[in-house]
Amino acid sequence: MSGKIARFSAMLARGEVTSRQLTERYIARIQKLNPVLNAYVCTTFEEALIQADYADGLIKSGMAMPLTGIPMALKDNICTEGLPTTCCSKMLQGYRPCYSATVWERLKAQGAVLLGKTNMDEFAMGSASETSFFGAPKNPADISRVTGGSSGGSAAAVAADLAVYALGSDTGGSVRQPASFCGVVGFKPTYGAVSRYGLIAYASSLDQIGPLASSAEDAAIVYDAIRGSDVRDQTSLPSAGGPTPLECDISSLTVGVPQEFLGEGVAEEVKQAIGAAVCAFERAGAKVKKVTLPAFEVALPVYYIISCAEASSNLGRYDGIRYGFRAEQFGDIRDMVIKTRSAGFGNEVKRRIMLGTYVLSSGYFDAYYKKACLLRGRIRQEFARVFGECDILLTPTSPTTAFRLGQKPASSTAAYLADICTVPASIAGLPAVSVPCGIGEGGLPIGLQMIADRSRDDLVLACAHFFEGVAEVKTPLCREVQL
Amino acid sequence: MNYRLVSGFETHVELATASKIFCGCSTKFGAKPNTHCCPVCTGQPGSLPVLNKKVVEYAIRAGLATHCTINAVTHLDRKNYSYPDLPKAYQISQYDRPLCEHGYIELDSGKRIGITRIHIEEDAGKLVHERGFTYIDYNRGGVPLIEIVSEPDISSPEEAREYVEKLQLIMRYIGVSDCKMQEGSMRCDVNVSLSQDGVMGTRTEIKNMNSVTFIERAIIYEAARQREILEGGGRVEQATLRFDEATGETYVMRTKEDAQDYRYFPEPDLLTVVIPQEKIDEIAAHMSELPVQKRARYLSLGISAQNANLLCRYRAVCDFFDACLKADAGARHAANLIVGTIYAALPTEEDKEAFALPFAAEEFAKLVKYVDGGKINFTLAQITLSEMLKKGGAVSDYIKEEDLAGISAGELESLCIQAVAANPAAAADYRAGKHKAIGSFFGYIKRATGGRADIKAAEQVLKRLLSD
Repeated sequence: MSGKIARFSAMLARGEVTSRQLTERYIARIQKLNPVLNAYVCTTFEEALIQADYADGLIKSGMAMPLTGIPMALKDNICTEGLPTTCCSKMLQGYRPCYSATVWERLKAQGAVLLGKTNMDEFAMGSASETSFFGAPKNPADISRVTGGSSGGSAAAVAADLAVYALGSDTGGSVRQPASFCGVVGFKPTYGAVSRYGLIAYASSLDQIGPLASSAEDAAIVYDAIRGSDVRDQTSLPSAGGPTPLECDISSLTVGVPQEFLGEGVAEEVKQAIGAAVCAFERAGAKVKKVTLPAFEVALPVYYIISCAEASSNLGRYDGIRYGFRAEQFGDIRDMVIKTRSAGFGNEVKRRIMLGTYVLSSGYFDAYYKKACLLRGRIRQEFARVFGECDILLTPTSPTTAFRLGQKPASSTAAYLADICTVPASIAGLPAVSVPCGIGEGGLPIGLQMIADRSRDDLVLACAHFFEGVAEVKTPLCREVQL
Repeated sequence: MNYRLVSGFETHVELATASKIFCGCSTKFGAKPNTHCCPVCTGQPGSLPVLNKKVVEYAIRAGLATHCTINAVTHLDRKNYSYPDLPKAYQISQYDRPLCEHGYIELDSGKRIGITRIHIEEDAGKLVHERGFTYIDYNRGGVPLIEIVSEPDISSPEEAREYVEKLQLIMRYIGVSDCKMQEGSMRCDVNVSLSQDGVMGTRTEIKNMNSVTFIERAIIYEAARQREILEGGGRVEQATLRFDEATGETYVMRTKEDAQDYRYFPEPDLLTVVIPQEKIDEIAAHMSELPVQKRARYLSLGISAQNANLLCRYRAVCDFFDACLKADAGARHAANLIVGTIYAALPTEEDKEAFALPFAAEEFAKLVKYVDGGKINFTLAQITLSEMLKKGGAVSDYIKEEDLAGISAGELESLCIQAVAANPAAAADYRAGKHKAIGSFFGYIKRATGGRADIKAAEQVLKRLLSD
C-alpha cells in the first residue's frame, strides 16, 4: 500500500492527471466543504492554479520532485510572502508578510501548490482551535466536535481531503493532538530538525513545524522536503541526506510503555486502543517493557511556565505601530499600544501573556521560571535514562477523543490537561508522532503517540509506518463531509 | 562635612562591523530612513536573529584592550521593554554572563578605573519628531553595541574626562569603533553620588551624554546640586536625569518608583556562545598597539613627550606617522612637521581624527628625509609642506632634484661675502661685540638661495669672515 503523495506523483508523472486538474479537484472540495468545516481561514486558489501550471511545466520537462504539483495547506502562523498570515488573531488582521518562511521556500522550490492557510488557535495557544478569531474549525469525524489544536485546521483539512497534506506547528502537542482527534498522522520532529524561520513564534524553545498527512509515508516525504539546517535559524540542526528510510526491523526493538501516561483521567477506550497497539508491536517480535517517568507529573506546569514566559516576550511586538491591527481611538502612543493590545488579543492569549509576565518578574523569576528550567533538565534526563533501556515509547496522544465544541472546561487548568500526554516530548525536544490506532465511541478517532530519542525521527516514522500497516485504521468521516 | 565625588560610567559604543548584529543589513550611518532594514531588524513576526561573529570578535578585542577576562562560555538574554523604537519589544543583550569582565583603564596618574563588564547588545531605532508627527527610523535598529560598565572609581570631573577620552582612544586604536560622540556612536550614562566621610550616598544617573565637555559640566552641576541638598539636611532621591545642554542643568526623567522590570531571560533563538581559548589567543595576537604602548615607542625614538601625546591622540595620525617611519623618515622631524605644520592646517578635532591629506605618507616621508639629510632646511620643509597641504601633489612638484645638490662650499663662501658687503652696519655691530647681529645676514642668504642654504654652515662661514 503506497501513500497518497506517491500515488498522485505517479499519476502526474504518467500524465493521467495534471497538477492543474488535481488542484481544481481540491478547490472544488474546499468550496463545497470548507463552509461546513472552517478548516481554511484563507484560500489562495488563484496563486494555487499558477503554481499548478508551473508544476505541470516541471513535470513535463522531467524535473519533478516528490512534492511537485501536490496541493497542500499551511497553518496560518507560517509566513507566506504577500499572502495573509494572521495566526488567527485580530491582532494580525490584514498582515501580509514581506518574506516567506524557510519551510514554504523549500516546498515552493519543489513545485508545491498552496491551497490556503488553515485555522488554528489564536497564536497557537489552545488545544481545540476554539480560540481562533475566525471561529473554531470542525472535526470531520463529527462536526459537533472540536478538531483539537492548535493545528486544528490543518488536521481537519487533511482528514476531510481538503489538502493532500498540511504543515502545522507543535509547541506542546499542537500537531499531534489534532491529528489524533481527526484521525490523521501528525509528526513533530526533533526540536531544530526543521527551520523555524518564518514560523510566528509562540514559545521559541518549544515551537517546531511538522507535517500532518494521511500516512506516515506521506509525513516522511514532507519531512524530507522541509528538514535540514538553515542559516537563518541558529537553532536548526543539520540532517542526513537522502530520504528517511521507513523500513525497520521491529523485532529488534524494545518498546517502552510509560506507566504515567496511562493513569487517571485517561479514557478506558483510549487505554484499550493503546494496549492493542502495544500488542501489535509485541506480535511483530518487539520486546515490551513497562517504564516510568516520575518527572511526568511536573511536565504540565513546566510547559506552561516556560511557554508563557517566552510567549509574553514574543508577543510584545504586537503594538499596532508597524503592522496588523491598530485601535481606532487613542490618545498618545502609550494609550494606542494599550488599546490595541486590549482589543487585538483574545482572552487566552492575554491570560498566557499575563502568566508569562508574572513568572519572569523580579521576585518571582527564581520560584517559577528558573525552577521550571531546572525541572526541564530533569525531564530530559529521565527521557535519556528511559532511552537507555528502550528504543521507542508508546503512549496515548490524548487522554480522550475529541470533545464537544463549546464545551467549557471546568477551568483553564482543566483545559490544559488535554496536553498532558504531548508536552513531555516537547519539553525534551524529542521527535514524536501521532498515528490513528482505533475508533472510539461515537466514531471518534483515537491516536497512538510514539516518542523516540533525540534525532531518531527516522525511527518514529518507521514505527508509525509499520503500525499503520498492521492496524489499518481508516480516517472516519461523518455524513456532512461525504460528497 | 567631607563630601567626595563618586562616579561610574556606562558607555555604549557602536561597533564598526559592516553588518548588523543579527542580520546582514548595513550599519552605515546617515542613510535614507528605513533603507537598511529587513524582516529581522524590524522584528517582523517569525523572523529570527543570527549572531554576527565579527561582533563577538570586536567585543573580545575591546575586552582584551581593557585588561578584562573573557568568558569562554556566554549567552545572550532578552531585555523586555516596550518602546516604539524597539520593534521586538525586547532588546537582545547580555544579563548574567557578559562576554568580558574585571578589567581596568589606567589614567596618566597611574590610577586605575575598574571595568566591571563589557557586554554585547543591539541598538534600537530612532524616533524622529517632525511637523507634529513622530516617525521611526529603524536603520540604527540592530546596529551592534558594546556596553562598557565601569566601577564607581572616578572621583573628579577631570578624571571623568580622562576616562572617556582614554576609552575613546583605545576603541579607535583597536579599530572596533569610530567613537563619534556627536554621531551617537559613543554615548555615556553617568552615575553621580557624593560619599560622606566614606559612607556611600544615593546615586543619580545622567542619561545619554554625547560630549566630553557636557559630561564634565553635568558632573560639576550634579555634584553641586547633591551637595546643596545634603548640606540642607535633605536626601538625594535615586533618579534618572537628563542634562539640558542649553541651561547646563540636570532634570529628572524618572524616579526609582517607576523603575522598569526588564524580565531578563536567556534568548531562546540563539545558541550558547562558546569561545575556544585559541580564538582568544588569535585575537590577542592580532591586536593593534594600544595608546600607552604607542606613546612609549614614540618616546623611545626621541620624540618629545608633548609631541608623542599630540600624535597619540588620533589613531589616523599614528597610522600616518608609522607609515612615515616605515618609509625611513626621521621620527623627530616628522613629528615636528606633523604637530606644527599639518595640525595648523587641520584646526578641528574632527579634521585631525579624519586626517585626510592630499598626499600620501610616503610623499611626506620624502620631504622629511631631505631635512634629515641636510638637503633642505626645516623652514623650507615647512613652506613646502604648507604648499602641499593647499595644492596637493608630489614633493618633486615643489623641490627640483637639481636644487637638491645643495649649495657648494665655494658658493656659500661667496654668498656670505656678498651678505656682509650688503649690510656693513650689521657687520660693524657684530665686530663691536653685538653677536646677535649675525642673524641679519641669514635673511639675505635665505632669500638668495630660496631657503636651500644650510644656515648652520653659513653661520660658521660668517663667523670666520667677521672675525678676520
